[in-house]
Amino acid sequence: MNSMISNLFSRYQLTHMLILALLLVVVLPLSMDIFRLNLVGKYLTYSFVAIGLVLCWGYGGILSLGQGVFFGLGGYCMAMFLKLEASTPEATAIQSTPGIPDFMDWNQLTELPWFWQPFHSFGFTLLAIIAVPAIFALIVAVAMFKRRVGGVYFAIITQAVAAILTILIIGQQGFTGGVNGITDLRTLHGWDIRTDSAKYVLYFVCVALLFGCLFAAKYVINSKLGRLLVAMREREDRVRFSGYDVSAFKIFIFCLAAVFSAIGGAMFTLQVGFMSPSFVGIVPSIEMVIFCAVGGRLSVLGAVYGALLVNFAKTTFSESFPELWLFAMGALFIGVVMAFPNGLAGVWSSQVEPRIKALFNKPGRTTPAATNSTSAPAATPAESFNPEEPSHARG
Amino acid sequence: MILKSRHYDSPKGARRSFLRKMLAIPAALALAHASLPALADDANTTGLAVTKDTVKVGILHSVTGTMAISETGSVQAEKLAIEQINAMGGVLGRKIEYIQEDGASDWPTFAEKAKKLLVNDKTAAVFGCWTSASRKAVLPVFEQYNGMLYYPTFYEGLEQSPNVIYTGQEATQQIIEGIDWVVKNKGAKKFFLLGSDYIWPRTSNKIARKHIEKLGLSVVGEEYYPLGHTQFNSVINKIKLKKPDVVYAIVVGGSNVAFYKQLKAAGIDMTKEHPLVFTISVTEDEILGIGGENIEGAYAAMKYFQSLPNDNNKAFVDAFKAKYGNDIVIGDVTQAAYLGPWLWKAAVEKAGSFDIDKVRAASPGIELTTAPEGYVRIHENHHLWSKTRIGRAKADGQYEVVYESKDLIEPNPFPAGYQ
Amino acid sequence: MFADYTSSELLSIFAMQGFAGLILFSVFVLMALGLAIIFGQMGVINMAHGEFMILGAYMTYLTSHVFENYLPASIYGMYFFIAMVIAFFAAGALGALVEWAMIRHLYKRPLDTLLATWGLSLILQQLYRTIFGTREVGVTLPDWLMGSYALSDSIEVPINGLFVMALTVVVTVGVWLMMQKSRLGKQTRAVVQNRPMAAAVGINTAKVDRLTFALGCGIAGIAGSAFTMIGSTGPTSGQLYIVDTFLVVVFGGASSLLGTVASAFTISQAQSTMEFFLSGSMAKVLTLLVVVGILMLRPQGLFSLKMRK
Repeated sequence: MNSMISNLFSRYQLTHMLILALLLVVVLPLSMDIFRLNLVGKYLTYSFVAIGLVLCWGYGGILSLGQGVFFGLGGYCMAMFLKLEASTPEATAIQSTPGIPDFMDWNQLTELPWFWQPFHSFGFTLLAIIAVPAIFALIVAVAMFKRRVGGVYFAIITQAVAAILTILIIGQQGFTGGVNGITDLRTLHGWDIRTDSAKYVLYFVCVALLFGCLFAAKYVINSKLGRLLVAMREREDRVRFSGYDVSAFKIFIFCLAAVFSAIGGAMFTLQVGFMSPSFVGIVPSIEMVIFCAVGGRLSVLGAVYGALLVNFAKTTFSESFPELWLFAMGALFIGVVMAFPNGLAGVWSSQVEPRIKALFNKPGRTTPAATNSTSAPAATPAESFNPEEPSHARG
Repeated sequence: MILKSRHYDSPKGARRSFLRKMLAIPAALALAHASLPALADDANTTGLAVTKDTVKVGILHSVTGTMAISETGSVQAEKLAIEQINAMGGVLGRKIEYIQEDGASDWPTFAEKAKKLLVNDKTAAVFGCWTSASRKAVLPVFEQYNGMLYYPTFYEGLEQSPNVIYTGQEATQQIIEGIDWVVKNKGAKKFFLLGSDYIWPRTSNKIARKHIEKLGLSVVGEEYYPLGHTQFNSVINKIKLKKPDVVYAIVVGGSNVAFYKQLKAAGIDMTKEHPLVFTISVTEDEILGIGGENIEGAYAAMKYFQSLPNDNNKAFVDAFKAKYGNDIVIGDVTQAAYLGPWLWKAAVEKAGSFDIDKVRAASPGIELTTAPEGYVRIHENHHLWSKTRIGRAKADGQYEVVYESKDLIEPNPFPAGYQ
Repeated sequence: MFADYTSSELLSIFAMQGFAGLILFSVFVLMALGLAIIFGQMGVINMAHGEFMILGAYMTYLTSHVFENYLPASIYGMYFFIAMVIAFFAAGALGALVEWAMIRHLYKRPLDTLLATWGLSLILQQLYRTIFGTREVGVTLPDWLMGSYALSDSIEVPINGLFVMALTVVVTVGVWLMMQKSRLGKQTRAVVQNRPMAAAVGINTAKVDRLTFALGCGIAGIAGSAFTMIGSTGPTSGQLYIVDTFLVVVFGGASSLLGTVASAFTISQAQSTMEFFLSGSMAKVLTLLVVVGILMLRPQGLFSLKMRK
């Protein structure tokens, strides 16, 4: 067992994990008040999505612009359960139909729709948080990857899926709460999730789940599947000709990313206390890709740092210069993509780390960039990376 | 058609010029100091951000994102009110300092910023939110941390929180008077209801439909389009086919511009009033984007128009233009946002304390005789008693007020039979 | 769903809806043409396409102001044509600048152009907000563009709709001619088909790239200018169009102009017919679903010169 772990995770990777764990479990909780810590918890829920994107975009070369869909599905499943618990007949006595969520009453619904019924059960809800997005992702992925849709086309179709779901949720407001979302969530099995102590507990639950996802992602990356994904990203045809069912791997990795996102969404609902269609749409989905790009699309740890940093920057910027933060965000997007395609993790491994090592080993030896083994990871199937082709020659 | 004489059932003070009041600043200042209770700690027993000379409040609107278009006016109005209050000596002798946060048109951000304003900044009141979604998102935060929100937008009702003062009209105030008027004065019999697809237009149209059907008249169509929709030719064709007397339109945001431009282009001349276009969602702010010539002849039911001819309003419009330039327009929500700081000031002074609970207890019955819309009073249900006016859009982007309800209309956020 | 209407009503419904669909079709083509050139020919995903359109709209707004305030009223009616030319060149110039500063470094990474141009769109939105204010601006139309022709009792044809259609035809034919006949067009196609060979025969591929990108953005500018007649002009208005635009291009098969036109036609007619019999929101959802469904069955789009790689 021990040897398996050391096979899968080098000591070096474990050190990095430990540093992150130290930061999230010890440093931040001790240095922040609960308000800020709760914000960190909220940012961490986005890093679930970013980890999924590292898997399917960074390693698999599948860029999804619809991860918000899965984040939202997970979040909505959790919100439906919490809303039902908050809508006891006593608490909703002033409604024309007590016992159903308030927004249904406003929309003249007189009984709970059938698909809300099972969400009375917490067990079912937990299952649904995983299963609903996974099945949805499976349908999308099977339809697309079996027909070998990839690259840009896949990105745009996922975008359309996000648009469809947003319009549906907003339009069917009697069943979904519409544009307001599902709000005013109070308790989980009688435990008030709005208190400070609950927020601490939820934060640590979130961190624990995050590490669960991190280990799962690392496991996948370090396994044979991870190496196959990279091979597919670089030369899909060769992998296919070698006898592998390429689409099956893609489907699996996309579903896994969807499940990660959904867990993030469910934790978001718990920590923030509501869920709304504004997470399902295109804009949040693209923002989540940015978190991943900033952190480094090839590093699951980078994804976590990316989500944390971008959101910190967003919060601070919008507090001090509310009218200027879009400039800063836009510049950040462009800067990361143009100058640091591998994000923070890339900067770390190509600039910082060699220097630290050089400091300890042989001072002033090689140029840092030359030691970077992952200098061309940005290639994706869509661009059919072709080494023979001269690099976009200038006339 | 135009009402020549206006009835003000408010006290005489209602007509006192706002400008004169502003000129009397030194006097007011002296008065304020004389009438103040001792500036002791009892003005703030709950640890709000109140010092001997200052009190902190929050302004929470979107200045970025899609809603910035609508919310800018509210921010401007709130800042103006705060400035004027400070010029008069502040509240209980304290100058108001505001902390502005950007909701970025994103509901969770609203919740996050609301929490920051209450928990970290300990603001004594927050003026903000615009869409129902943003209000719903911050509501649990205000209730949990016991804050006070002054919410300016006309909205769908169905809500009454101890932690919110609703300075805009709820749906029944805006709708029922308007429909009665159009039925009585324009002989309308057939209505076509149209809206953007979210809760406010849907709930409003529901109230409208119930009322129309109660009057024994008919609704010949009801349509909703996604927010941000820009192609309305299909629904315009439907309108032509169904030949309603009134098109009752609750379209919002960028869709508004598309709808009215396309309506006009399709040969529906609103000035001919056949069909008559009636809206509750287009204020002077929106006309700026639509273009006056594209909406000329449409009717709107609201509680405030920039062209209201009373002295309070003239002073308000002058002050607003002096601060933000001559081209600025003021819509219903902007005026409602302007009421927020004044209502809060009055409640604080009545309570003699900034404590949220005391301010809340003092709020019902607070009246504002200096309101640009004339006179308002806070109801026990935290909404405002207010009049409803009907305006006819002119090519220059202003409304001509053609009707004003005789009495203040009671706010009724939970109308029986309309739910 | 047909039962509520008489047969003569149905006839005029289909006539009117057909025409409404044609207007929608023109709008789609205008939106998508520029993107089809940029995406189809160059493989660049320009998420800031909507912001280039809004630049055109703002140029129209400024031009109308200049004509209103500084030029004789008699020529006010003509300002729209000048505005469109200005919009074309302004958006084109910005496009060339963006290509030079950003896009040319990213040709190897098409998915990254998506992220970088998304950043660009945020910056442009905020820039518009700073310059023109957060509120929407109203663009006054010349009188001759207002109003409509009445063909029959219930069928009326809006003049600005006709104008948009005519403009669409002119722009489409112009782009097609340019791609087929002009030197730049031939060079562009050569570069798309085989970049090293094109460079070897002496084509300045960098210049061709820049001009192609600028042309695509310029067409977006014209589209934005035309849309002031039917839609809103505000800092974030561009975002209203972006998803539809991409779907039209992808549905059409990215590399074919004919495909773009055909797909715009299919989607617009489907949507406007469904809008009449269903609610607006459901029509939109159904249209998107059908498009996504067909794309799953036929990922290369309606028209495609070659199979996906």
